[in-house]
Amino acid sequence: MKLNAKIPEGKLEDKWKNYQAKSHLINPANKKKLKIIVVGSGLAGAGAAATLAELGYEVQCFCYQDSARRAHSVAAQGGINAAKNYQHDGDSVWRMFHDTLKGGDFRSREANTYRLAELSAPLIDHFVQQGVPFAREYGGVLANRSFGGVQVQRTFYARGQTGQQLLLAAYSQLYKMVRAKKVEMLPRHEVLDIVIIDGKAKGVISRNLAKGEIKRFAADAVVLATGGYSRVFRLSTLAIGCNGSAIWKAHKRGAYFAAPSFTQIHPTALPQTSEAQSKLTLMSESLRNDGRIWVPKKKGDKRKAIDIPEAERDYYLERRYPSYGNLAPRDIASRAAKERIDAGHGVGQFKNAVYLDFKHAIQKLGKKVVEDRYGNLFNMYEKITGINAYEEPMKISPAAHFSMGGLWVDYELMTTIPGLYAIGECNYSDHGANRLGANSLLQTSIDGYFILPNTINNYLEGELKAKQYGIDHPEFSKVEDEVREQIKKLLEVNGTRTVDDFHRELGKVMWQECAMSRNRKGLENAIGEIKHIKNEFWKHVKVTGSDNEMNPELEKALRLADFIELAELMCLDALQRDESCGAHFREEYQSEEGEAMRNDEDFAYVSAWEYNAGNFVLHKEKLMFEYVQPTVRSYK
Amino acid sequence: MKVTFKIWRQENTDAQGELKAYEVDGLSEDMSFLEALDHLNEILVLKDEKVIAFEHDCREGICGQCGVFINGRAHGPHNNTTTCQLHMRSFKEGDTIVVEPWRASSFPIVKDLVVDRSAFDRIIQQGGYITAKTGTAAEANAILVSKEVSDSAMDAAACIGCGACVATCKNASAALFTAAKINHLNKLPQGQPEAHRRLLDMTAQMEFENFGSCTFTGACEIECPADISISNIAEMNARYVKAKLFG
Ligand SMILES: Cc1cc2nc3c(=O)[nH]c(=O)nc-3n(C[C@H](O)[C@H](O)[C@H](O)COP(=O)(O)OP(=O)(O)OC[C@H]3O[C@@H](n4cnc5c(N)ncnc54)[C@H](O)[C@@H]3O)c2cc1C
Ligand code: FES
Repeated sequence: MKLNAKIPEGKLEDKWKNYQAKSHLINPANKKKLKIIVVGSGLAGAGAAATLAELGYEVQCFCYQDSARRAHSVAAQGGINAAKNYQHDGDSVWRMFHDTLKGGDFRSREANTYRLAELSAPLIDHFVQQGVPFAREYGGVLANRSFGGVQVQRTFYARGQTGQQLLLAAYSQLYKMVRAKKVEMLPRHEVLDIVIIDGKAKGVISRNLAKGEIKRFAADAVVLATGGYSRVFRLSTLAIGCNGSAIWKAHKRGAYFAAPSFTQIHPTALPQTSEAQSKLTLMSESLRNDGRIWVPKKKGDKRKAIDIPEAERDYYLERRYPSYGNLAPRDIASRAAKERIDAGHGVGQFKNAVYLDFKHAIQKLGKKVVEDRYGNLFNMYEKITGINAYEEPMKISPAAHFSMGGLWVDYELMTTIPGLYAIGECNYSDHGANRLGANSLLQTSIDGYFILPNTINNYLEGELKAKQYGIDHPEFSKVEDEVREQIKKLLEVNGTRTVDDFHRELGKVMWQECAMSRNRKGLENAIGEIKHIKNEFWKHVKVTGSDNEMNPELEKALRLADFIELAELMCLDALQRDESCGAHFREEYQSEEGEAMRNDEDFAYVSAWEYNAGNFVLHKEKLMFEYVQPTVRSYK
Repeated sequence: MKVTFKIWRQENTDAQGELKAYEVDGLSEDMSFLEALDHLNEILVLKDEKVIAFEHDCREGICGQCGVFINGRAHGPHNNTTTCQLHMRSFKEGDTIVVEPWRASSFPIVKDLVVDRSAFDRIIQQGGYITAKTGTAAEANAILVSKEVSDSAMDAAACIGCGACVATCKNASAALFTAAKINHLNKLPQGQPEAHRRLLDMTAQMEFENFGSCTFTGACEIECPADISISNIAEMNARYVKAKLFG
C-alpha cells in the first residue's frame, strides 16, 4: 500500500483552511444515525468524545480506570504552549512552527506541525472559557513561562497541575454530554481488539475489568486515544496501567506503526532507588527555568552537595550549550546527563543521578518566589525522598517519558485502516524525533477538540450510504474468539514466574539498548533477547485467578504480552535508522564532540511498519521541506 | 524489613469479607506502600493464590485512583498524602498494618480494597462544568481574572477525587468534594451565569447519592491530599441559601 498523507493544497498558512472549506459536511439529522467509539478518555479522547457528541454523533467512550478523570493526562505538570505572543517577545505561529519542526529534528511533516502552532492560540481561548484556572498576573491577564528548546515565553500553566486542570475541564465537558445522553461512558472497560469488516474499522471487543465480561461493540468509526506506551521500559513516568495494547492490536490488524523507536527520555525524573521500584516520578521541566544542573568535577566525589565549592562543580549544560544552558531540549539534556553519569560523575546512592540546584534562584529571587512557582513540586519531592530541596539540591535522573512514535496517521488523523483514527500521544504526527516540552498537552487537545471533529465527517459521510453491520457479523465473533483464546492460553500456562518478573527483564533490555543511546550490536542482541523473553513468557508465566472476575494480574499479563511484541519492533526501527536524529541517538553516528549526526540524504522519512504474519515490513513516507530548510540542530 | 499486613479480602460486592493476615519479609524502607503490596502480590501468585485487588494508577499523587484505610486512617499515617505517596519508612520493623477499603454506603466494595466511586462522576455530571461548546470561545485575555480570584479557584480545583474525605467522615459526607468543584467554577467569571443552578443541582445529586450531611468535624481537610480547605463547605452553604432565594 502506498502511503498518502493527504496534505491539502495551498500555501502552508492556508492548508487547514482550505481543507475545512472542502471537507464533506453531514447534516444534523444524519449525524444522529452515526455512532463513534472513542477508546480513551485522556485529553485527546475526552475532548474528542465531548466535541463529537456536541456535533450530534452518538458516542461511546472507554477507559480502563474507574473514572475518565484519571487518564494519565492528569499527571502533566509543567504547561501547555500557545503562540499568543502575550509577552511581546517576538513569538508567532511561524516561530512556534519552526521551533517545533527544529525541536523534532526535521522528522515531522511541515503541514501538520504548522497546524499545531496555528490552532494553539484558539485552544487557550477554549480552555479559559471552560474555567481552567490558569496562572495570572496581578492585572488579571494570563501569565507565561518558558520551557526547554525555545527562547520565548509561550507556556501557559495552572500551578504545577496543568494537565490535571485541562483534563478535568475535558472530563467535565464529557460528563456534560453524558448528562445530555449523547455519550455513553464505559469506565473500567479495556479494549482488547479492533474489529475490521470489509477493510474498515467497525467496532471493538472489550473486557469489563470489574466483572471480567467480554463484549462486542459496533460503530461507524473507531478512534484510538490510548496515550503513550513508554511502560514498555517498565520504569517510566507513565501510570502503571498505561499500555500499547489497543494500538498494537490495531497494528496487527493492518494499521501501520510509525517510528516506534522514537521515545523521549526526560532529563528530570527522580532516580531509581530500589529493584522493587514500580515507576519514576517526574519533576517538571519547568524547574529548569530557575534550577541549575551540575555534577561534581571530581569523579566519585563523596562529599555532600552543599560541601562542594562552586569551583568544583561542573554545570555541564551551561558549559556545553551556552545559549540554551539549563533549558536545552530534553533529548540533549538527558544524553548529557547520561554522558556525565557514565563517566563516573553521577551522584546519589546508585551514582545514577545529577544535581538540580535552586541555591542561586533562592538567593536571587527569594524563597517566597521560588515557593510560589514550584512549591508543590518541592513538597512532592520531600514526600518521596524525605529531602527538603530548599536546603539541598534535588537529585534527578533521566527516565522514559513520552512516545513520539505511534500509529501512522495522515493529515486527517486516520490510520491506514479506513475508519480507524488515532489521536493524542498514541499517534505519530507533529513531534518528529523529539517533542518539545508543553507541546504534547497541546497536540492531544487539538487532535481531540479541533482536528478530528473536522475530519471524521469526511469519512463518515460515505458511511451513511454504506452497508451497516451489527455485532452479529461473523467477524465480531471471530475476533471475540481470538480474544478469549488469548486469555485462556495465558491462564493455562501456570508457570513459575510472575508477570512483573518478566516486565522487569524486558524493561532492562529496553533501557540498556533502546533508550538514550543505541548501537547496531546492542540492538541486534536486544532483538534476540526479546524473542527469548517472549518464548519464556508463554512457557513460564503464572497468572492466578480467573477471567470472569476482577483480576489485575490478568490485566497486567495481557498488556505485557503486547509490550513484548512492540519492544521487538522498536528495536527493529532503531536498527534501520542509520543516523542520529532527535531522541534517536545511534552511537555510530556522532561528531567528535559527541553531537548527533543526522543524515537527510537517506533518512528524511517517517518509517511506517506493516505487520505481516509475524514479520514487519518497512514503508517510507518521504518528508518534503518546502518552507524550512533542515539545518543542523544546534543549541550551542 | 518485615511487617504483618492484615488486609480486607472480599470476592465481590455481595460476598462476605474478612481481614486476612500476611507476614511479609524482604521489604525495604525506600519502597512505597503500594510497592510493598506489589511485592506481596508476587508472593501470592507464586503460592497459587489470587492477588489482592487494590486501586492505583499514576502513583504520584495526582490521579486520585489509589486510596485505602491504613491503621484506621484514610491514606495512612500522614496528613494530606495519598496512599501511593506513602513509603515503608513510615512504618517500623515488625509493625502490623491493617489495610481496609473506603467504607461508605455510597461507595460499594467491588473487590478486596477496590470500591465504586462513580457517585462522584454523577455529582460532576449535574453541573460541574461550564456549558459552552467547543469552538465558541472569545479571546482568552478578554476575560480578566484577578490573581487572587484565580489562585483561590485553583485552590479548590486541585481536588483529585480520591474519596478520602467521604471515607474519613463519620457521616460519610461528600460535602468537601462537591464544594470544591462548585467553588472552583463559581468563583470565576466564566462560571457565573450558571452559578446558582450548578450549586442546587450538584448538592441535590449529592443527597440523592445518599452521602451523609456535613457536621463540620474537619476530619476531611486533614486527610485531603490536595489540601482542600473546609472553608469551601462554609462558602457553599452560605451561597446555597442565596441560590435558593434567588436561584
Ligand atoms: C508525568 C508526565 C508529565 C507530563 N507533562 C507534560 C507537560 O507539562 N506538558 C505537555 O505538553 N505534556 C506533558 N506530558 C505529556 C502529556 O501529558 C501526554 O502526552 C498527554 O497527556 C497524553 O494524552 P492522551 O489523551 O493521548 O493520553 P492519556 O491521557 O494517557 O489517556 C489515555 C486514555 O486511554 C485509555 N486507555 C488506554 N488503553 C486503553 C485500552 N486498551 N482500552 C480502553 N482504554 C484505554 C486510558 O484509560 C486513558 O483514558 C507529560 C506526561 C507525563 C507522563
Ligand atoms: S495512584 Fe494516582 S493518586 Fe495515588
